[in-house]
Amino acid sequence: MYWRCFVGVLTREMLKFWQQRTRLLSALVRPLLWLFVFAAGFRSALGLSMTEPYESYILYEEYIVPGLAAMIVLFNSMQSSLSMVYDREMGSMKVLLLSPVPRPFLLGSKLIANTLVSAIQVYIFFAFALLLDVRLSALGYVYALPVIALLSLFLGSLGLLLANYIKQLENFAGVMNFVIFPLFFLSSALYPLWKMREASEWLYQICAFNPFSSGVELLRFALYEKLEHNALAVVLCLTAITFIFAVRSFRPKASKGRFS
Amino acid sequence: MEIAVQAVSHQYGGHHALDNIDLCLKPGLTMLLGPNGAGKSTLFALITGLQKLTQGNITFDGATLSQSRTSIMAKMGVVFQQSTLDIDLSVKQNLSYFASLHGISTASALSHIQGLLDELDLTSKLNTKIRNLNGGHRRRVELARCLIHKPSLLLLDEPTVGLDIESRHLILRVVQALAHSQNVSVLWATHLFEEVKHNNNLIVLSKGRVLAHDQCEALLAKYHQQDIEHLWQHLMQEGS
Repeated sequence: MYWRCFVGVLTREMLKFWQQRTRLLSALVRPLLWLFVFAAGFRSALGLSMTEPYESYILYEEYIVPGLAAMIVLFNSMQSSLSMVYDREMGSMKVLLLSPVPRPFLLGSKLIANTLVSAIQVYIFFAFALLLDVRLSALGYVYALPVIALLSLFLGSLGLLLANYIKQLENFAGVMNFVIFPLFFLSSALYPLWKMREASEWLYQICAFNPFSSGVELLRFALYEKLEHNALAVVLCLTAITFIFAVRSFRPKASKGRFS
Repeated sequence: MEIAVQAVSHQYGGHHALDNIDLCLKPGLTMLLGPNGAGKSTLFALITGLQKLTQGNITFDGATLSQSRTSIMAKMGVVFQQSTLDIDLSVKQNLSYFASLHGISTASALSHIQGLLDELDLTSKLNTKIRNLNGGHRRRVELARCLIHKPSLLLLDEPTVGLDIESRHLILRVVQALAHSQNVSVLWATHLFEEVKHNNNLIVLSKGRVLAHDQCEALLAKYHQQDIEHLWQHLMQEGS
């Protein structure tokens, strides 16, 4: 029963993903613009010295590839929370919640489906990055997969949690402004934290505290076949916490208007 | 399945949506008649567990949802007032998704409801996207879908609202046949007098309170009324 249920949720998400092919396109256009346009312009402005995990001086394009891959996961996870809000408004969420299968399993299945969609997008992005000669080791690409999965589970759980507090589809713009942009720009995705420290100590502290930075660094290290233990601990803990809270937030409430 | 609703009250802020409701549903068709705002949808939300029960108790063959949610939900079929179909998917994909959520394969789900799909004129529309179906056919899909897992309890919240006469009669006929031939407990919420037949069980709900609950013929005889509409008016006057 559980396996069939999992396959059903996965199939539905993949069908919807396939039907929304523009979503794949927009998910790729965003990081590719950063990579091909933004990075080209900033290459000369930002000199990157040798820091872990890199063993030599690198070009800016190479630096931002892990950050942009994490950005794809971030945007896809938030898009997934948007689809939860849409499902709730359209009523199809009730079908899921009335399944005899326990809700944590159903929500977990949705998160895994979201992870698969994210992973597909990220690896297509990696293929495009090859055009700029950002070539990583084969093992690096393999090591990146569990990190992408973990990061996707973390950000997906965060998205599920947010989906409960977004009353209407229109309020999703608020998520963009107050969640996605701060998480992304106040992280090590686009610039190394030491660079940020040169500009502002307090901005550096915020960026260092941002859990998305941990996700980015975990992915960056994995792509170079290394493990960043602190980042792994942070992302693992936050994944567990956000998932527990996300599941709790889907419990029935006495108030009207969420799922009934 | 037998459902017992005991002393259930529910409030939204200061508004009493349900006020000390007692009901007992047995196999067969029970019509829940009440105007908009009577508390029908709230009762459905509490029975299905989509809203948290704060006062009173609801049991399904003696067990509560918190005690045995899995087995209860496996026997429950629901059609909500608002459509719950995924409009971007086809009829077959919607049925398949629902079947998988109940651990049933698409093939066995379709074979189980094949006769019903024919009767509801859905067989030729299996590959049609829901967004391309009219309201009547969408409702038929919802009805077919909620029967995939052979439920012994069927909750239908105003399933014929906004439908043409043909679809309305078809759905009513299918559900009546189901209630009588397969021993299914059906709770059908409506505000349309003509949907209530004299051999149905009837619950009259108004302003969150049960005004009457018995066999329809027995209620007509008890209150000396000739039809449902007059019975309704009588109960409203008595209730106010």
